[in-house]
Amino acid sequence: MEVKQTADVAVEHHDDHTHEHDHHETFLTKYIFSQDHKTIAKQYLITAIIMAFFGMYMSLIFRLQLGFPETKFAFLESLIGKWGKGGRLDPGFYMALVTIHGTIMVFFVLTGGLSGTFSNLLIPLQVGARDMASGFLNMLSFWFFFLSCAVMTYSVYIETGPAAGGWTVYPPLSALPQAMPGSGLGMTLWLVSMVFFIIQSLLGGINYICTVINLRTKGMSMTRLPLTVWAFFITAILGVLTFPVLFAAALLLVFDRSFGTSFYLSDIFIGGVALPQSGGSPVLYEHLFWFLGHPEVYIIILPAFGLTSEVLSTMGRKPIFGYKAMVGSLMAIAFLSCIVWGHHMFVTGMNPFLGAVFTFTTLLVAIPSAVKVFNYLATLWRAKIQLTPAMCFAIGLVSLFISGGLTGIILGDSALDINVHDTYFVVAHFHVVMGASAIFGMLAGVYHWFPRMFGRMMNKTLGYVHFWLTLIAVYGVFFPMHFIGLGGVPRRYYSNSAYEGFDVFLNINTLITVFAFLAAIAQVIFLFNFVYSIFKGKKAPQNPWHSNTLEWTSPAGPGIHGNWNGPIPTVYRWPYDYSKPGADDDYIPQTVPYSQTKNSNLPGEE
Amino acid sequence: MTLLITITILLGIIVLARLMTIVQLSSELTGSSDSQEEQVRHNNSNGFGFIVFMVLGLGLFIYMTIDYSKHLLPVSASEHGVGLDKLLNINWAIIGVVFFITQIALFYFSYKYRDNKKHEAYFYPENYKLELIWTIVPTIVLTTLIITGLKQWNGIFSEKENSMNVQVYGYQFAWITRYSGPDNILGKSNYKLITDDNPLGLDASDPAVKDDIYTTGNEMHIPLGQELKFQFNARDVIHSAYFPHFRAQMNLVPGMNTFFSFKPTITTAEMRKITGNDKFDYVLLCNKICGVAHYTMKMKVVVDTPADFKAWLKSQKKASEVKAAPPVSTLNSTANGSNSI
Repeated sequence: MEVKQTADVAVEHHDDHTHEHDHHETFLTKYIFSQDHKTIAKQYLITAIIMAFFGMYMSLIFRLQLGFPETKFAFLESLIGKWGKGGRLDPGFYMALVTIHGTIMVFFVLTGGLSGTFSNLLIPLQVGARDMASGFLNMLSFWFFFLSCAVMTYSVYIETGPAAGGWTVYPPLSALPQAMPGSGLGMTLWLVSMVFFIIQSLLGGINYICTVINLRTKGMSMTRLPLTVWAFFITAILGVLTFPVLFAAALLLVFDRSFGTSFYLSDIFIGGVALPQSGGSPVLYEHLFWFLGHPEVYIIILPAFGLTSEVLSTMGRKPIFGYKAMVGSLMAIAFLSCIVWGHHMFVTGMNPFLGAVFTFTTLLVAIPSAVKVFNYLATLWRAKIQLTPAMCFAIGLVSLFISGGLTGIILGDSALDINVHDTYFVVAHFHVVMGASAIFGMLAGVYHWFPRMFGRMMNKTLGYVHFWLTLIAVYGVFFPMHFIGLGGVPRRYYSNSAYEGFDVFLNINTLITVFAFLAAIAQVIFLFNFVYSIFKGKKAPQNPWHSNTLEWTSPAGPGIHGNWNGPIPTVYRWPYDYSKPGADDDYIPQTVPYSQTKNSNLPGEE
Repeated sequence: MTLLITITILLGIIVLARLMTIVQLSSELTGSSDSQEEQVRHNNSNGFGFIVFMVLGLGLFIYMTIDYSKHLLPVSASEHGVGLDKLLNINWAIIGVVFFITQIALFYFSYKYRDNKKHEAYFYPENYKLELIWTIVPTIVLTTLIITGLKQWNGIFSEKENSMNVQVYGYQFAWITRYSGPDNILGKSNYKLITDDNPLGLDASDPAVKDDIYTTGNEMHIPLGQELKFQFNARDVIHSAYFPHFRAQMNLVPGMNTFFSFKPTITTAEMRKITGNDKFDYVLLCNKICGVAHYTMKMKVVVDTPADFKAWLKSQKKASEVKAAPPVSTLNSTANGSNSI
């Protein structure tokens, strides 16, 4: 009854518990089937990093094709076998690479990896809990995630290739094996993998919500929560509300594929045969998919915002500007994100009136997003900025979010979307605003909380090299892509040689590919730094960044299961008392009562 | 060979790791590691880096915008497209201003307020007035943009008078265009009637089919100055009809009729003069992933004068030549793998 035990530990033995294990921990329970949220966070992080490299490697292969369409790369054949015969990438496998790259990055890296790592690590530590509400469900959540990653990876290596209909897998293309090879077994595996993923997401999400609501330590009112926890909390709610809809979409797709139903299929003549299905509509799938799909991009970016808020404030030695507005804008973004999905469907044949409604709601999301950016800028204003690698990445996130967010104004406008819909302009927009920007948030998190996770520091110099190469490469890849899109080049084209007018973009494509490789090299530097620092990094002090939040009060290093020896600390103040006038130091941890800081108390804080 | 590469990479990693250890140990010995001074040095160099990045980045932004503008789409060849381009430019202007202000503020602050031991941070947790301002101003700007955008959107999708009905039909991986003929009605079709001789599945029993005309080659013509109402249909999977030069796009969805109207305003010949490229052609592209050869699914579009258009239409296939065939039974199809995994 491990579940009950952990919960008991966290709730009942709140004040006087000295945590010791009643049972002996084996390698298996400590590192593999661990129920310690800190270990699970590391498991998520390492799995996500592996998947991220896999996804990145795929993007490099298809970037080679786009940047050097005429060149034969002999090594392709040894890398990807029959799909790279004669050194040329197979067009079908190009589609597969694009699809699986998108799936891996969106779901496994930026959803599972980002939320899974940092919600797990920081929620219990920052709210002052011994562990998650249910350690067992938490463990299950990771193993479903792992299973999901394993199935998706396996699908890449099957005879007919993985799913290849784009990461959105619109039927009928994805429903009919005769429409393309990837819609056979590859698509089945994609659906299986996604089902596991949805399960992990729900198990994780429910756990995060319960922990934040029930297991906050004494004094930790909701208004004293760090913005990281707020972001994870709202993200989890969003995920629990929307992922089941994706499950419904996937389930109906399974029915259409395997049981002859017509939810999404109607009037189809393919492979010389008229299919019997009638009455279904692919647009139904699009609605269901994007009902998750759009909140999904906020599920990705909100945790990154949370991490950034924390890093900007801590490393700026200054309270986050407008705490209440930051929480309010998180909530507003989360709410609005559920009613904007139609902006992915302006030209799908959806009623134009609906298009008008979705334009309205979509541009509304820009308002809380703008508030966030302005508040970040106000936080930096007159701060005392410590440009650690984490801080650099946090600043990079803000820059990328501005760049990508602004082009969203064009895409969110139904009229303007007509001509850039599904072009490279969209590819550029979302890679900047939720791809690169969220990765920057995640990397900021890794650099900042690495000492908390592994008890060692990452190498700063390599961190800076990683940051600058990545920043330059990301802009180098995605900035020129906007022009290709405005030139009318559709996305997901194996080759742009079909229309002569696109030839002028070949140079830009070559340039983009070169930058993509630069970005990859930078990530290898990061990987080296990450692995090296786990084993050989400098030992971390207890509170390396002089931070106020609770996670830095628990024993350094890998820590103990239960987080604190002795009682859980009590919280007396909000987490952003940095550089408070009159205080002895430039930070006052949340555990310091007002009675000990008479000189710096503001009116009403006695 | 592979073995050799693997060994080289492994050796490289080991050497790097050793080097790291040495650097780390030596910095610990000299006592400079992780001290405040070291961080201040990092603050200075990276803060300076942000300024350089900002200046070079914004410079390149301006340069590329000017340099690449000639590669972008030429002036819109449709009536509504001109308005859209104008709207796009207004959006760009506003976005550009916000982009410059915020990026400059971000990088300048990162540089200016780096910790160089010369100042303390200013405790400034909130200012309602300021926050209200930057909530309300974007709201007003966005509302204006929404309203101007929606005006155009509603204009594009409003019912037009005297428009010619044209069907654009897509299948893996080609297009057929059908013209409604003198009666301006697209005759009925049924996907179960599709054969090699009747690729659109036209229903010969419908009198409106008789005068329809459809393309057999990979080229469609449209008459200048004529309002066209396109009806889009797909045979197998979702496609998207994308006419970049006319600022027009609509998906083709199996089982559904979708529509888009536009009026071409520049003939191909005139556009060749405008672009200075005597090989220029308009194009219809598939812009929704539809299978392995998705990237090859395109059709040449020619805007003719009305007289030339009429002459060209005569060379295309008449629907009256299609023989009435009984609907194919769909019973066999279940055995043909539509349901298999």
